[in-house]
Amino acid sequence: MQIAKRLSPLVFAVAVVGGLSGCATTANNPKDPLEGFNRAMFAVNEGIDVVVKPVAEGYDAAAPLPVKAAIGNFFGNVSDVWTALNNLLQGKPGAALSDVGRVLVNTTVGIGGAFDIASEMGLEKHAEDFGQTMGSWGVPDGPYFYWPIIGPRTTRDTLGWGVDTYVDPVRRVDDVPLRNTLLGVRFIDTRASLLASDKVVEEAAFDKYNYIRDAYLQHRRSEIYDGNPPREKEDTN
Amino acid sequence: MKPLLSLLFALFVAAGPVVAQEVGPDALVKKVTDDVLTVVRQDKDIQSGNTSKAIALVETKVLPHFNFQHMTALAMGRDWSKASPEQKKRLAEEFKTLLVRTYSNSLTAYKNQTVAYKPTKLQGGETDVIIKTEILQPGNKPVQLDYALEKAADGWKVYDVIVAGISLVTNYRDTFTQEVRANGVDGLILLLGNKNKQLETGKK
Repeated sequence: MQIAKRLSPLVFAVAVVGGLSGCATTANNPKDPLEGFNRAMFAVNEGIDVVVKPVAEGYDAAAPLPVKAAIGNFFGNVSDVWTALNNLLQGKPGAALSDVGRVLVNTTVGIGGAFDIASEMGLEKHAEDFGQTMGSWGVPDGPYFYWPIIGPRTTRDTLGWGVDTYVDPVRRVDDVPLRNTLLGVRFIDTRASLLASDKVVEEAAFDKYNYIRDAYLQHRRSEIYDGNPPREKEDTN
Repeated sequence: MKPLLSLLFALFVAAGPVVAQEVGPDALVKKVTDDVLTVVRQDKDIQSGNTSKAIALVETKVLPHFNFQHMTALAMGRDWSKASPEQKKRLAEEFKTLLVRTYSNSLTAYKNQTVAYKPTKLQGGETDVIIKTEILQPGNKPVQLDYALEKAADGWKVYDVIVAGISLVTNYRDTFTQEVRANGVDGLILLLGNKNKQLETGKK
């Protein structure tokens, strides 16, 4: 403790100096050369979340589980169409066919996507997007970004996100109030689904920014390999 | 609290001899998961966020099957070899406390999820395997939860836990490397110790 106390002014001084020069030079992680910018955007998002999180918590507390499941299933069904196409683009016709089957079953028997009957039938849900498709084609990650609202994305996944958004059926709804309602509900539903991990991240992380970045990069790597990334052999000796 | 603890103890003692026999890694993961979920499903305190109760559960049911030395080595990467045996012991002890808390916290988030066990092709004779499971929850894509295990003299031991492709162990690599570079191995021990103290006093 004593040592910590004596050290803290020094640590503080180093942090300030490091922070000032941060934008230009100090990148601790080669995948994150724009750390200064990203940390600023991260702070912006933390600010926005002060408003968004209570709304998501309210939704989470108020909506009964079947309603939340139906809402999640509905948007999941919408996204399965794009997932199918991406699987096809990644050269996985079997998975693509299964996704098309999911949409057909869930839209009809699953009453417009409210019920995920297909999963119960053994048609597994996949999550594919254009960033993963480009990854499977060998397009490299590029520098890591932390964007306001959107959150973490590598350069490739930022482009992918642009394509995903462009083709997003929800954004193609002509009726503006309906479109905005759908976008709003989906945003809150997504935020609510992350509430459980908030506490874990808060407690596990020494530096929340770092923890989220490294988790995102690991998660995307795994997604590109469909959950079976090659294991990196460790040399700890 | 008391009856639960003694029940846990009884379960643990009962489970002991079974585990000591040749239990495959897949069977071990299934057994421990089932045992833990059985308790969590019936325990309203854990479900409403009682972390200390969840920690007690993890300490009795899960800890004996984890190898924290290996986990710490994995988290530190090359820096592990810079630590003296005494430092290694302290690092593993502090990292264990932190991981147990994280793991226990995720148990308090439990809401009707079920676990599916993916078939693992074991040839026999392996000493290092990954066992894949999936957390299923209504309205959400299944979350992949994988365990890396290695064979030790006293049975299979988990040395990595991977959630949705994110290793809860190697996710610390960057932070640990930076800390060792800045303040040495003792700096990292201090960092972990302070974090644990802060979490301990901050809890309800």
